[in-house]
Amino acid sequence: MDNEIKFSAESLELVNRIIARYPEGKQKSALLPVLHIAQAEFGGWLSTETMNYVAGLLKLEPIEVYEVATFYNMFNLAPVGQCVIEVCQTGPCMLNGAGEIIQHISKRLDIKPGETTPDGKFTLKTVECLAACGSAPVMRVGNRYHENLSTEKVDSLIEEWCKCGKSSHDNPYNE
Amino acid sequence: MGIKILTEHIDNPELKKFEVYRKTGGYTAVEKALKTMSPDGVMEEVKKSGLRGRGGAGFPTGMKWSFLDRKSEKPHYLVCNADEGEPGTFKDRYLLERNPHALIEGIILSGYALGVEDAYIYLRGEFFYILQILEKAIAEAYEKGFLGKNILGSGYSLNLYCHPGAGAYICGEETALLESLEGKRGNPRLKPPFPAVSGLYNCPTVINNVETLATIPWIVNHGGDQYAQIGVGRSTGTKLISASGHIKNPGVYELEMGFPVEEFIYSDQYCGGMKNGKPLKAVVAGGSSVPILPAGLILKTANGEPRNISYESLAEGGFETGTMLGSGGFIVMDESTCIVRNLYNFTRFYRHESCGQCSPCREGTSWMEKILYRIENGEGRMHDIDLLVDISNNIEGKTICPLGDAAAWPVASAIRHFRDEFVEHVNRKGCWFD
Repeated sequence: MDNEIKFSAESLELVNRIIARYPEGKQKSALLPVLHIAQAEFGGWLSTETMNYVAGLLKLEPIEVYEVATFYNMFNLAPVGQCVIEVCQTGPCMLNGAGEIIQHISKRLDIKPGETTPDGKFTLKTVECLAACGSAPVMRVGNRYHENLSTEKVDSLIEEWCKCGKSSHDNPYNE
Repeated sequence: MGIKILTEHIDNPELKKFEVYRKTGGYTAVEKALKTMSPDGVMEEVKKSGLRGRGGAGFPTGMKWSFLDRKSEKPHYLVCNADEGEPGTFKDRYLLERNPHALIEGIILSGYALGVEDAYIYLRGEFFYILQILEKAIAEAYEKGFLGKNILGSGYSLNLYCHPGAGAYICGEETALLESLEGKRGNPRLKPPFPAVSGLYNCPTVINNVETLATIPWIVNHGGDQYAQIGVGRSTGTKLISASGHIKNPGVYELEMGFPVEEFIYSDQYCGGMKNGKPLKAVVAGGSSVPILPAGLILKTANGEPRNISYESLAEGGFETGTMLGSGGFIVMDESTCIVRNLYNFTRFYRHESCGQCSPCREGTSWMEKILYRIENGEGRMHDIDLLVDISNNIEGKTICPLGDAAAWPVASAIRHFRDEFVEHVNRKGCWFD
């Protein structure tokens, strides 16, 4: 590894504050929030090293972290692009053109859902209901929702993100 | 416009700030309860109100509270279920992002009634930006002395924390939510024991939905009797309806229980009718899990009575000709909708979200998805239609948690009301909709 897996002092302080929200001896409860912070800090995905590090911090067996990380959709278990685009494909979004949006992004970035562009900039994911059906179609990029999507709107967002080198690896606790 | 209990000031973008919420009369219910009411007194008002759980099950909130094992010497917990994920439902998100203090105030009141010292909001993981809104609002409430030790000098103390999930629909089921809050996979627990006896960390726990809790301040301020006068019959109060699909004005609407369905769909004040001018074909009235109804049966019951938005009216006729209010996720479909494709989409969702513990759900959802895919794509066989019904019957009621039912009901109801469309897909070797 180029970089040793270790939280910044700031993140460590946040992690300790989160652990303190649960009763003594129940630090396992902090696992989901801490994995979110770890994913944001260590490249947008959870490597075995990262999961082992989190296990050590929370005094858990590594398997307790692996079994959780593999259960929840928001945790990436393989490297992802710098900007992960998650498009909702469920019910009301489908009724309102989510299929076209997914196809359009797929064509524009020349990748299928689940894939990452060769330059590592973008990953396209299809996800299930994001609870924003009234403004369908919808996608989530890091800590933001983009709603009432059209192909034009998606194009201008992608152009903007290409220019600014957008990262979606947001720490949920930081604005 | 009818009475607004949850959304009166919601168009004010500043409402999420403590001072602004306070100016609209916010936190007066906490002052009233902590200074002049006993915990039992608060519970009594909630019982009288007839309020029913707004997450989908519709169980009376006061009764749920009364099951809490108060004699237990273990700590008691209150958990707010903010894991909104039922397709078609986005009303909790609306409250959380615009009126977080109403939820916090409801949690303080409920915590006081239940003798709870620690409460958690389990927030769906994708809502990162709402986590930030809630963290800020909670910090403000601590700062102003409405959370923490000895609230308003009453001797009552409450800590409140927000806990993000990580993308799993199943965690909206209350025992899966507790597992997840304990840092585990979201596998629902066998019941009994119920959470009221053995919930979070095996301690007595009450779990309530966001909308339910956000209603409590109004009930404390105005009294349970006054709340019970709003609405119709055993469906008291107001309900937030999330409207989506092929309508002109999708969004969240607060309606008095008993509001006519037809007026809701066609009035310009609400959904505004169909957006492309095509006729109404079907509605899923309570989130994707509840039975789909064709236009004729959603507007009127089989007996010709106009249907209204209430637990009883929507359920009129049972599953043969009725449906459920559920979470109030109103998905409206026009004539251009392919019922088979829509059902395939929902079924794929349930297959994806099944936790995998129970074989009827784990295997059955996957079989149903495959069969629907082949019917939609021209490889369906005529006996596939009854096979789907058979599989759905073998999932329903045979799983630890209601996800099995939630996957089975859409299949059974779509075939019940739209069998011809399935037959036509088989005959024509595929779908003819755009």
